[in-house]
Amino acid sequence: MFDIWTVLYVAIFIAYAIFLLYPMFAILRNSVVAENGSLSLEWFAKFFGAKYYWQTLVHSFNVTIWSTILTLVIGVPMAYFYNLYEMKGKSFLQVLIILCSMSAPFIGAYAWIQLLGRSGIITVFVKQLTGLVMPDIYGFNGILLVLTLQLFPLVFLYLSGALKNIDNSLLEASDNLGCSGVARFFKVVIPLCMPTILAAGLLVFMRAFADFGTPLLIGEGYRVFTVEIYTQFLGETGTDFNFAAAISVIAILITAAFFLVQRYLSSRFAFTMNALHPIERKKAKGPFNVFIHLFTYGIVGLSFLPQLYIVYQSFQNTSGKIFKPGYSFGSYTAALKRMGDSIPNTFVIGGIALVAVIIIGIIISYLVVRRPNLVTSTIDTMSMLPYVIPGSVVGISLVMAFNKKPLVLTGTVAIMVIALCIRRLPYTIRSSVAILQQIPITVEEAAISLGSSKLKTFFEITVPMMGNGIISGAIISWVTIITELSAAIILYNSKTVTLTLGIYTFVTRGNYGYAAALATILTMLTIVSLAIFMKVSKSKEISF
Amino acid sequence: MSVSIRIRNAVKRYGQSTVIPDLSLDIREGEFFTLLGPSGCGKTTLLRMIAGFNTIEGGDFFFNDRLINLVDPSKRNIGMVFQNYAIFPHLSVKRNVAFGLKNRKYAKDRIESETLKFLELMKIAEFRDRMPEKLSGGQQQRVALARALVIQPDVLLMDEPLSNLDAKLRVEMRFAIKEIQHRIGITTVYVTHDQEEAMAVSDRIAVMKDGIIQHLGTPRDIYQRPANLFVASFIGRTNLIEARLETEGPAMTLRFSDGYSVPLPNVREEFRKDMAVLASIRPEEFRIGAEGEPGLRATVDSAVFLGPNTHYHVHLDSGQQGEIIQESRLDNAIPEGSVMSLAPRPEMINVFTPDGSRNILAGVRNDAIGA
Repeated sequence: MFDIWTVLYVAIFIAYAIFLLYPMFAILRNSVVAENGSLSLEWFAKFFGAKYYWQTLVHSFNVTIWSTILTLVIGVPMAYFYNLYEMKGKSFLQVLIILCSMSAPFIGAYAWIQLLGRSGIITVFVKQLTGLVMPDIYGFNGILLVLTLQLFPLVFLYLSGALKNIDNSLLEASDNLGCSGVARFFKVVIPLCMPTILAAGLLVFMRAFADFGTPLLIGEGYRVFTVEIYTQFLGETGTDFNFAAAISVIAILITAAFFLVQRYLSSRFAFTMNALHPIERKKAKGPFNVFIHLFTYGIVGLSFLPQLYIVYQSFQNTSGKIFKPGYSFGSYTAALKRMGDSIPNTFVIGGIALVAVIIIGIIISYLVVRRPNLVTSTIDTMSMLPYVIPGSVVGISLVMAFNKKPLVLTGTVAIMVIALCIRRLPYTIRSSVAILQQIPITVEEAAISLGSSKLKTFFEITVPMMGNGIISGAIISWVTIITELSAAIILYNSKTVTLTLGIYTFVTRGNYGYAAALATILTMLTIVSLAIFMKVSKSKEISF
Repeated sequence: MSVSIRIRNAVKRYGQSTVIPDLSLDIREGEFFTLLGPSGCGKTTLLRMIAGFNTIEGGDFFFNDRLINLVDPSKRNIGMVFQNYAIFPHLSVKRNVAFGLKNRKYAKDRIESETLKFLELMKIAEFRDRMPEKLSGGQQQRVALARALVIQPDVLLMDEPLSNLDAKLRVEMRFAIKEIQHRIGITTVYVTHDQEEAMAVSDRIAVMKDGIIQHLGTPRDIYQRPANLFVASFIGRTNLIEARLETEGPAMTLRFSDGYSVPLPNVREEFRKDMAVLASIRPEEFRIGAEGEPGLRATVDSAVFLGPNTHYHVHLDSGQQGEIIQESRLDNAIPEGSVMSLAPRPEMINVFTPDGSRNILAGVRNDAIGA
C-alpha cells in the first residue's frame, strides 16, 4: 500500500544511509587502507603489536568493568532501600540522584581534582592538619570514583522502575513461605529484577566505556582507549586518521559484542510483570533504619559534593587562573565575555537537534510498531547502531565522511545537529516504541471507522495519546543533548561552541573559575528542565 | 439506513495458516446477528474483515449490492464498538462522540444537537464534559456505543463489547444494547464467546468453529435442535450418552446400555436403521423418579444448591458421569449416595451420528449456506 508513510520511510532510510552508514563505511575503509592505498590490516597490527597501544584496551576494560560492578553494588541496594522502606526526604533525595546523573562526567572529574587533586582543598587541608598524604586521585582510582558516582543513579532509576512493577503480594508470598529479609532480597527481588539489572548494567558499561572526558582530565598516565582515539585523531603529536579509524572499529566491535551478550542474557530472563498492588513502603527499625539513611545520604551527598563545590567556586574571585579571597560575579562576567556565544549556541544547536529527534523518533517508532516490514525493521536496526558506537567515534566518522566534496559539513551547525540526532535517537525511538505499544491499535481503528483519514488519525489521536510520554522523553533528551561532549568535541569550531564545550575549553586552559561559572549555568539549566519534567510527567519515571 | 450483508466464499490466511477456509453468510437488514464460538474460531477475524481492518484473501463482501472489498475502512460508514472500548483518552466524552460527525464535516449546530441526542439516548449526557478516565467501565461502554451510533452507520459491529465488565453490569448492558438496537433498527453484527450473552441479545446466531459456521439459527433453534455435537455441547450444558438406534417395525427406538429405551418418532428418513448413536440430553430435561421406576439408574455423587436450582452430579450403572438440574423445593433435596431413576423427556433428546457430525432428528433449522 503506497501512502504518505511509504514516502516517509524511504526518506528516513536514505537519511540514515547518508549520515550513518556512509560515515561508518568511511571509518571502516580508512581502517583497512594502507598509506600507499592498498588494502591492509597494518593499522590493526600496529595496535595489537605494541603494548603501548593495546594496553589502553586493558585499561578501558578495567575501568569499565569495575565501575559497572560498583554502580550495581551501590545502585541496586539503594533502590531496594528507597522503594521498600520509608525514607526521610525521599522526593528531595530522588531529585538529587537524578541531578547527579545529569551533569557531564568531565565536570565531576575536574571538580574532584579541585577537591582531592595535588593542590585540592581537601588534600591540602588534611595535609596541614595531620601531615598525611591522601591517596592519589589521578589514574585508575580517580576514573573509577568519578564514573561510579556519576553512573550509579542510572542503576538506581532503572531498578526503582522495576521495583514499582513488582506486586506486593509476591513479597508477601515470599514472607509467608518463610523467605524474608536478606534471603528474600537475593532469592526473590534480585531474580525478579534481573532483566532490568542487566539492562542497567549494559547502559553503565556503554557509558563508562565510551566516556572520554573523565579519563582525559583525571586519567593522566592511565591511558584508556577513547582518549587514544582522540589523541590519534586530533592529538598534539600529529594526527593519524587511519590509525584512529582502526581503533574506532575495534571499539565498535567490542561494544557491539557486549550489546549482543546482554540481549541474549536478558531474553533468557525476560518476563512481564504488572503490579496490581505496588509495594508499600515500610518503616525500617532501629539500627537498620539508621544504616539505610546513612548509606543513601552518604553516597548521594558524595556524588553531589562536586556540583556544590563548583557552584561555590563560581562565585569566588579570581585573578587570571588563581582563586583570590572574596566573592563576586566576576567569573560569570568574564566567562560570558569570552564564551558568550555558548549560551545561544546551546539553545540553537540543542533546540534544533531536540525538535529533529522528537519528530524523527515519533515517525520511526510509528513505522516500527504499526508498519512492520523489511524497510522499517532495517531502519529500526540501523537506528539502534549508534547505541553501541562511542560518541567520539560518531564524531570521527562524520568528519571522515563530510570533510571533502561532494558534501562538506565540517565546522557547521548542521554536523553538530546530525551528530546529536544520531546519538540520541536510539533512546527516543525505544521509549516512543514502548509508549506506542501501550496504545491499543483499536483506538486508531475506532478513529478510522469514524471516517478519519490515516494522517488525521495519526495527528489527532496517536500523537496526543503519546503526548505525555513524548514530552517527558524530550526533556531528558534535552538534558543529555546539552551535556553531550564526546562527539561534539570532535566536531565543534569557534562558531559552534556550546556550554559544555565552553566549560571543557576553560578547564583545559586552567580557567577553573570561568569553567565553574559556565558549569553552574549549565546546572541551573538542567534543574529548570528537570523541574519542567516533574511538572509535566505524571509518571515521574525517567528513562535514558 | 440499514443494509444487508452478503459474504461469499470469504478466505482469511495469516501466513501459512488458514483461519477461515471458505465462508459464506447472509445477514439480514436490521437484524441482530451474533458470531459465537470459542476463541480462535475466526469470529473476530471475520468481523474485522467486514470492518476493513483485516485484508481479505479471497471472496466477496457486499453491503446490499455494493462490493466493499476494496473500500477504505473510513469510507464504509460502519459503527464499531471495540472490546477495550477504544475511547480516545485525551478527548472529553462529548468530543469522543462528536469525533465522527466532525470528520463528516457537518455544520456545528448539527454536530452539537446530534451529539446531545445520542448522549441522552445512552443516558450519559450528564458526563458530557468528563474525561474518559473518570468514567466507570459501564459508562465508557455507553460512550463507545454512542460514538458508534451517532454517525448513523449502515452497520454496527461489536467485538466482545461486554467482556471487560463485571457480571452484573454485563447483564444490565445486554438489555441496554438490545433495546437501543431494536429502537434504531440497525443491522448489527456482534461477536462473543459467551453463549448466554449471545442468546440474550441475538435475533440469529452463527456458531463458529475453525473458521466454519457450524449452525446458523435463532437462539431457540440452536439450543433445542443443534445441528451437530459441537453446537450441542458449546451452547449450554449437556449429557452425552452412548446408545443404540433400533427399528421395531416402522417405529424407531433409542435404547440405552442398561436396557432402558424411549420411542423416537422423529428420526430423519436416511437414518432409519439400526446403528450406534450419541444421545445428548440437557441436565434439566430429566424427570427424576424413585429407584425402580422406569428410567436410567443413577447414583448421586454430590449435590450443589444454587438457589432456584439444585445441581446433582451422578453416575450411571455404566460408570458414566452426568449432571442433573432440578428446581429447588423445600422438601426435594436428594441425599448423596441415594439411587434414583432418570427418565429423559423424549422430545427434548437430540441424537447424533457416532462421530457427532450430524443430528439425525428432523426439525433442525440451519440457515448456514450449504448446510
